[in-house]
Amino acid sequence: MSIILDHVNYIYDEDTAMAHPALIDVCLNIPNGQFVGLIGHTGSGKSTLIQHMNGLEKPTSGSVFYDGKDIHDADYDRKALRAKVGLVFQYPEHQLFETDCFKDVCFGPKNLGLPQKEVELRAYEALKQVGFDDEYFYQSPFDLSGGQKRRVAIAGVLAMKPEVLILDEPTAGLDPKGREDILNLISKLHKEMGITIILVSHSMEDVANYVQRIIVMNKGRVAFDDEPKEVFRHYKELEQIGLAAPQVTYIMQELKQAGFPVDSDVTTLEDAKNEILKAFGKC
Amino acid sequence: MIRTKNLVFEYIRRDDEGNVEGITRAVDGVNLSVEPGQFIAILGHNGSGKSTLAKHFNALLYPTEGEVFIDGLNTEEDKNIWEIRQKAGMVFQNPDNQIIGQVVEEDVGFGPENMGIPTEEIWERVEESLKTVGMLQFRKASPNHLSGGQKQRVSIAGVIAMHPKCIIFDEPTAMLDPNGRKEVIRAARALNEVENITIILITHYMEEVIYADKVFVMDKGHVEMSGTPREIFSQVDKLKELRLGVPQVTLLAHELRNAGLPLPEGILSREELINELKRLK
Repeated sequence: MSIILDHVNYIYDEDTAMAHPALIDVCLNIPNGQFVGLIGHTGSGKSTLIQHMNGLEKPTSGSVFYDGKDIHDADYDRKALRAKVGLVFQYPEHQLFETDCFKDVCFGPKNLGLPQKEVELRAYEALKQVGFDDEYFYQSPFDLSGGQKRRVAIAGVLAMKPEVLILDEPTAGLDPKGREDILNLISKLHKEMGITIILVSHSMEDVANYVQRIIVMNKGRVAFDDEPKEVFRHYKELEQIGLAAPQVTYIMQELKQAGFPVDSDVTTLEDAKNEILKAFGKC
Repeated sequence: MIRTKNLVFEYIRRDDEGNVEGITRAVDGVNLSVEPGQFIAILGHNGSGKSTLAKHFNALLYPTEGEVFIDGLNTEEDKNIWEIRQKAGMVFQNPDNQIIGQVVEEDVGFGPENMGIPTEEIWERVEESLKTVGMLQFRKASPNHLSGGQKQRVSIAGVIAMHPKCIIFDEPTAMLDPNGRKEVIRAARALNEVENITIILITHYMEEVIYADKVFVMDKGHVEMSGTPREIFSQVDKLKELRLGVPQVTLLAHELRNAGLPLPEGILSREELINELKRLK
């Protein structure tokens, strides 16, 4: 039970003068229930990669498997796949369109051809899962705050009951509290419902705090694929490809160089705090 | 440079038939003044009124009550409007929404062209502006082929070419990757330090604020806190109440302090923290 990409290549505008490769020989195995962070600078192939995971793009060569089946087989039901692998695009609130929030969330399951009762039940559950109050259910989504709109948009995808949830920069443009709320929500969905999460982010601090595994893309290739500690140990290489490590990683590196007895492979604030307190004999 | 007097702005919400449903006060009694050459940051949660306030600074919006003066000109007087928009330029969040030229240099020349500047001088301004933001080698490139940070720098060059005294950045880095963010903030700081242009930076990234001369924190349409970055970021708990945060370094220092290490509040940079810790060793 997993998503497997086997030697996937993707070339934009193939057979034209504009042809350029967006994915080069990408091999990945994402087992069920993982919380994965996907990072890379603008244009590194992140978005193209996630569009392959639910069959929105077809590899130029190579294969994508979901639960052991090739999703580009002639008889494969890709529509069902898109319900199982939910994709939350960047600024998903721009896709809200209905007159009230509840109707908007109903749109997805309705298109799956489910009976009205089931559609409404799913919409209700999804809005509850994202922590949306009943009193706002019948409000126009356009009167909500940025963070609330985004919750409604995520609920719209959750109502499809996905097994995998891919989120493309879900915190862009939100204030710090809004960012934290959305990330906690995603983390809750992962823990309580066992949904596989793939989080695309430009914030190294967020990625370090939440995910179990980081995939780093660079120029269409997978540059690193490991747990956060291991990936951020390569902070110098990350800088060369336009990324960085979380601030605390730099602090710990510098402290170590200054002769403090600390572990420099630290990626979260909590660990950094404990390491420094230990060095000062306060723990 | 910028002065507001009891500035109030109200949105009137209407239903489908155009009847007034209610009034939202987005800016509520703001008094602030910005001196020429200052680097000002404005923080505040989503919906706190930051952007609405900023749109008053180049006469995109007019006050419901109160007054706004830009370099001594009242924004409410129609005859001032073009002069104000030339003095105060604006850079928005999404680089794709503000680039109109097919070629980088055309896009940058659009502003001065509309001001009726002679052609020769337009080209001089284009060259000088692109040089300032480090994009001169891309002058013949198509904006579609640039990265987000590069596009944003072209937008900035387009504003600089109008020779403004003040530039307002409304979340210019929200859509960029770490490198793009760095490029844009570096460009803004250079404009302030080298060209002495007044900068107003609106952002949700606390790390971008630490170099500012002064920080205003907005909440519910009014200025809730103001001070130097150090004064503001010393109040970790208050900022959290306002749905904001502090840079990760500052937070780490704050937590270490709470755990008993005698560190000062308001540490802003890695260097400061390391030096303080060395001192304690």
